[in-house]
Amino acid sequence: MEVSFGKKILGRHETNLALILIVLSVVVSLINPAYFSTANLFKILKSSVEMGIFAIAFLVILILGGIDMSFPAIASASMYITIKLLISGNSEVPLIVPFLIAMAIGAALGALNGVFIGIMGLPTLIVTLGTMSIIKGALLVFVGKNWITQLPNVLIEFSRSNLLASVGDTGESIGLHSSVIILLVVALIVWALLRYTWFGRSIYAIGTNQIAAERDGIACKKTKFIACILSGVLAALAGLIHCSLVRVANPFDIFGTELNVIAAVVLGGASLTGGAGTVGGTLLGVFLINIINNSLILMGIHSYWQKFVVGLIVILSTVFTANRDALRQMLRRNVTSSMETT
Amino acid sequence: MRKIAAFFNNEFARLLTITVGIFVLMTALRPSTFLTSRNLISMSFQMPEMGMLSLAITLAFITGGMDLSLVGISNLSGICAGLVMSSMLANAANETQVVLLIVLAVVVAAVVGVICGAFNGMLISALRVTPILATLGTMQLYTGIALIITKGSAVVGLPDQFSVIGQGSLGFFPIPMLIFLVSAVLVQFMLNKTKTGIESRLIGTNEKAARYSGISVAKTKLISYMTGGLLAAVGGLIMMSRVNSAKADFGSSYTMQTILIAVLGGVSPSGGKGKVVGVVLAVCTLQFLSSGFNMLRMSQYAKELVWGILLILLVAMLVFGERKEST
Repeated sequence: MEVSFGKKILGRHETNLALILIVLSVVVSLINPAYFSTANLFKILKSSVEMGIFAIAFLVILILGGIDMSFPAIASASMYITIKLLISGNSEVPLIVPFLIAMAIGAALGALNGVFIGIMGLPTLIVTLGTMSIIKGALLVFVGKNWITQLPNVLIEFSRSNLLASVGDTGESIGLHSSVIILLVVALIVWALLRYTWFGRSIYAIGTNQIAAERDGIACKKTKFIACILSGVLAALAGLIHCSLVRVANPFDIFGTELNVIAAVVLGGASLTGGAGTVGGTLLGVFLINIINNSLILMGIHSYWQKFVVGLIVILSTVFTANRDALRQMLRRNVTSSMETT
Repeated sequence: MRKIAAFFNNEFARLLTITVGIFVLMTALRPSTFLTSRNLISMSFQMPEMGMLSLAITLAFITGGMDLSLVGISNLSGICAGLVMSSMLANAANETQVVLLIVLAVVVAAVVGVICGAFNGMLISALRVTPILATLGTMQLYTGIALIITKGSAVVGLPDQFSVIGQGSLGFFPIPMLIFLVSAVLVQFMLNKTKTGIESRLIGTNEKAARYSGISVAKTKLISYMTGGLLAAVGGLIMMSRVNSAKADFGSSYTMQTILIAVLGGVSPSGGKGKVVGVVLAVCTLQFLSSGFNMLRMSQYAKELVWGILLILLVAMLVFGERKEST
């Protein structure tokens, strides 16, 4: 039976998410019209950049079947060491240099994870809890723990750069931050990697069933190792963007954001059990979490509720994802039985 | 020679050697401060709260699961008990009423712990959510509830008599240590002598086989996580009594340390294997290390670095050991 295009779109998790996103936006804008201003939408997009790249980094490991708790540590370390290096060099460099340094450090730290997870085959959660405290401890003991408020000029310029700059009704400047481009490029690259390359398909295959993947001739160790490096590079990228957006290199402030990221990814439909998850779904999850946090503030709800709400979202969406197939079957049975009775 | 090899192949003997070795090493490095009655007593007051959480995570590990929400349960049940005490303390006229109030607060904490554990268990068994993700979500949820009811501030104003739980001694024996040891014996009994305990081991070894042999997997997991919640709640009470307050974000670094303790104690994260004796020894080992590092003036971050290295080393040893066994 041929499934029509409409049905294909309707049945997808991403479509459901997009619908929730639209309904939520309408409800919030009814409560507070400030929501649908260009400035606020740009703000949500800007705040989605860092979280979005983190989420994609987390997604890659999650599709492999593991929970990565080390990405905040990788991001903090890559960002902080890069800033320290640039400051000690005290010469003007093009913008690409700090990004390349950070990503190289991220790759090295990702490779550390890769050795334990990929080559030695140890359990991901426990390994990354371990590398998280190793990287964090080493950073704070050997590199430094002070805030650096005097960032290199290139990064300050980057933090001020906008794509669509205009002046709003009340005279404030509205702009779409240029880092949004980075998120777009990263999303496109990882989407293409996961969808169209041997490497990407191998990640899904390993996540679904490692033994079967191995017997199919997939180089599991190598794939996992490279995936860990990719994830480290992305985490470092997000870390550097974070530090230039808040204009301070703080080795502590990325820790604690991981649950929002994890919430976004599971909300995006990725599951631990079956090599499932897409970049598109993840990005929708990121927007949804950001909109929820943003609208909680706009609706005047105290920030104490944020943790509770995010926790609830993680639980509800994991329950939904874990029982997705059972739910679908139930719905199908209901539909067919109601068709039989009519 | 063969006898010595056999001795070191015995997991318990190996662990005991490590524990004693670290004790001797720390004593040698800092003889004037480590091997003093003051340090030994202070260690035995610090150990129990971590010990209770480690027992709880052991139960989850044995079923092949994971519990990241234990610290959240500890804090939430501590806060509930603390609020009961601080809000009703003014009404308590005499000593007996204060004691009754404390009993009430302990019951409240236990109930909260069991409910939280039951919620974890329900998500994991009935709703089939992966344990890691389920408890990651509930960790956030329980901490969130604790934040909402305390508005982020610490619960203070506890009755003086409550400090007995975390600071009192029976003769020279610290009461929190007594609570921990009794709990350890009970958990040991549960794992080895009761139906639930034996079934949880079988589930951890091979869940599918356990299900086909007629074991009620859902019920056993539920009880395991509920017991874990109860243990975490008692840990929360001890912690609250020791620091004389309760707060939503206490002990956030405990999660990794409890996993480290369980793995050091020989509890396999892939399920089915683990002894309570090992966990108790591992709790002692980590406490010796931690106190020793403090005396060597190592910073908290340097300690974190060492814990990380230890965790990965131990997991590697455990996993490779299991692989060698199975081939």
